[in-house]
Amino acid sequence: MPEKEQKEYFFDKPENVKWTMRGLYITCILLVAADFIIHRHIGLPWEKIPAFYAIYGFVACVVLVVIAKEIRKIVMRKENYYDE
Amino acid sequence: MSELPPFVLYFIAAFLVMASRGTVRKIILLATPVIAALHIWLNVDTGIQLTYSILNYELTYMRTDKLSLLFAYLFCLASFISTIFALHEKDARQEIAGLVYAGSALGAVFAGDLITLFIFWELLAISSVVFIWARGTERAIDAGMRYLIFQVMSGVFLLAGALVHYHATGSLAFDHIGLQGLAGWLIFIAFGIKSAFPFLHGWLTDGYPEATATGTVFLSAFTTKVAVYALARGFAGEEILVYIGVTMACFPIFYAVIENDLRKVLAYSLINQVGFMVTGIGIGTALAMNGAVAHAFSDVIFKGLLFMTMGAVLYRVGHTNGSNLGGLYKSMPKTTVLCIVGALSISAFPLFSGFVSKSMVMTALMLEDYSYLWLLMLFASAGVFHHAGIKIPYFAFFAHDSGLRPREAPVNMLVAMGLAAALCIFIGVQPQYLYSLLPWEVDYWPYDTSHVLTQLQLLFFSALAFVWLNKRGLYPPELHSVNLDTEWIYRKVLPAGVHRGLIFLSNARQSVMTTAIAPMHSIRNTFSQSSIAKYHLSESWPTGSMVLWISIILVAYLLLDIFVYE
Repeated sequence: MPEKEQKEYFFDKPENVKWTMRGLYITCILLVAADFIIHRHIGLPWEKIPAFYAIYGFVACVVLVVIAKEIRKIVMRKENYYDE
Repeated sequence: MSELPPFVLYFIAAFLVMASRGTVRKIILLATPVIAALHIWLNVDTGIQLTYSILNYELTYMRTDKLSLLFAYLFCLASFISTIFALHEKDARQEIAGLVYAGSALGAVFAGDLITLFIFWELLAISSVVFIWARGTERAIDAGMRYLIFQVMSGVFLLAGALVHYHATGSLAFDHIGLQGLAGWLIFIAFGIKSAFPFLHGWLTDGYPEATATGTVFLSAFTTKVAVYALARGFAGEEILVYIGVTMACFPIFYAVIENDLRKVLAYSLINQVGFMVTGIGIGTALAMNGAVAHAFSDVIFKGLLFMTMGAVLYRVGHTNGSNLGGLYKSMPKTTVLCIVGALSISAFPLFSGFVSKSMVMTALMLEDYSYLWLLMLFASAGVFHHAGIKIPYFAFFAHDSGLRPREAPVNMLVAMGLAAALCIFIGVQPQYLYSLLPWEVDYWPYDTSHVLTQLQLLFFSALAFVWLNKRGLYPPELHSVNLDTEWIYRKVLPAGVHRGLIFLSNARQSVMTTAIAPMHSIRNTFSQSSIAKYHLSESWPTGSMVLWISIILVAYLLLDIFVYE
């Protein structure tokens, strides 16, 4: 395999990874900025919070992962658990 | 021609496939969904009601309206795409099963009474298990058996419900049933098993990941969607479905985050998506119902697409364990791009199909004042992006380089995935065509500035959370493991319970024997020492001597009878 590995792929270059990440950060900043410029429809009280969806999306995913890791402590077993 | 139910075409094709081979067989396989769809398009209109009589029962083998037609088109489309995806396979069992399976799904959505529905319900079960068994491994055969037990049990509930319903109402018609009385609940449970309600979902997450690379694509399209159709027809507006749906949308995402087998992640995510549909059906307004069936439509295509990309990985690499994948974009770039399209669609990115269908359910929740449930569903929406939108493509195609350099997926697989991806984008960009197929009249348009902006904020910050968690090393690593779910109850607890139970019973028998027999022995001993024991007849004689003495007595009676009383 190693002799075939001369070709360098897109994410093998650290600067490509860096620029992809920067793209994400900039998009996030722009989306929050837009929240203050564009007037959103408000259907529910908590939608009034500035950048509500951005905060909720971030917090939801962190909470999801933290709880999932705790669940792992309870439910995780060896791969051949059922075969024993 | 309108008299011909579309499922007949599929069943005829199944016989033709049995009799043919090679190219002819492939042509039959590909032509069947096309002919069936054209037949429905040209000859089958709404308002058809065709009946037949069997033993005094009037059964309706074909009843059409916009709801059944929408699902019929969807199933033709799904079977067409899945067939292309499986075209390289040379397994007649799966090819025949595929036709019977899709045909049964069509039969079920056109069934106008509960008995006809039951027949196709069971045919769906029997034909679909072939895709799991065809894998051939011992695990797959066991999982297939458990899958089949659940599916058949669902059929038993349906039949029992149908009979009770007939007894109570005198009708077998399959219209709105509702949760009144025993019949309603029995049928509700039957539909609930097939649509993978919480605690009844074990068959799905247990069975689907064990099916063949192409089989899971078929499986993901039909069974649960037939159940969603049945719920929409029979239980629209039952409020309990809102709570069941929200639970279905929320709990699987936790499992999806920690699951290693990426096809099992997709199985959990399938339940999560069906949760959105079930919620919509529970709300029951025109907007919510349209959202539920529209989401079923887009889900079949994008979930099919995701299962296809993982099927391609399974086909090329031999497994779909996240822990041993990564970097596949280097040698499977086309599959990678197609997977990302599926991921964006399931995550409901604007311009992709999930966005135009899921938002109807979300809006309906908001309009009907389910504000806290709406928050939970927003959590589930962010979670979908997290586990299906990012995790699937990231761990399979990017992440750390596993060193695997499998070849790109075969041409037929790429064509099938390309077709599905094109549809995902087409529905997302031009939703009016899907909306015109929807059964209820609703004026809804998903694209307005607020909606697009809020959805983008939600999704991009979910992505940001993923990046942050990964950089901080907080993201749970992919591990070789199995996570306990409800199947634990019947795969571990019940077998262990039965084992313990048997041991307990044999111990009990032992102790009963010792406690009961010991006194008997002592009684006999006491008796044999007593003074009457010396008489001849009180000794312990074999049973034979007893019989002998009784016969002698009887003969004596007989003789007395003949000679004395004459």
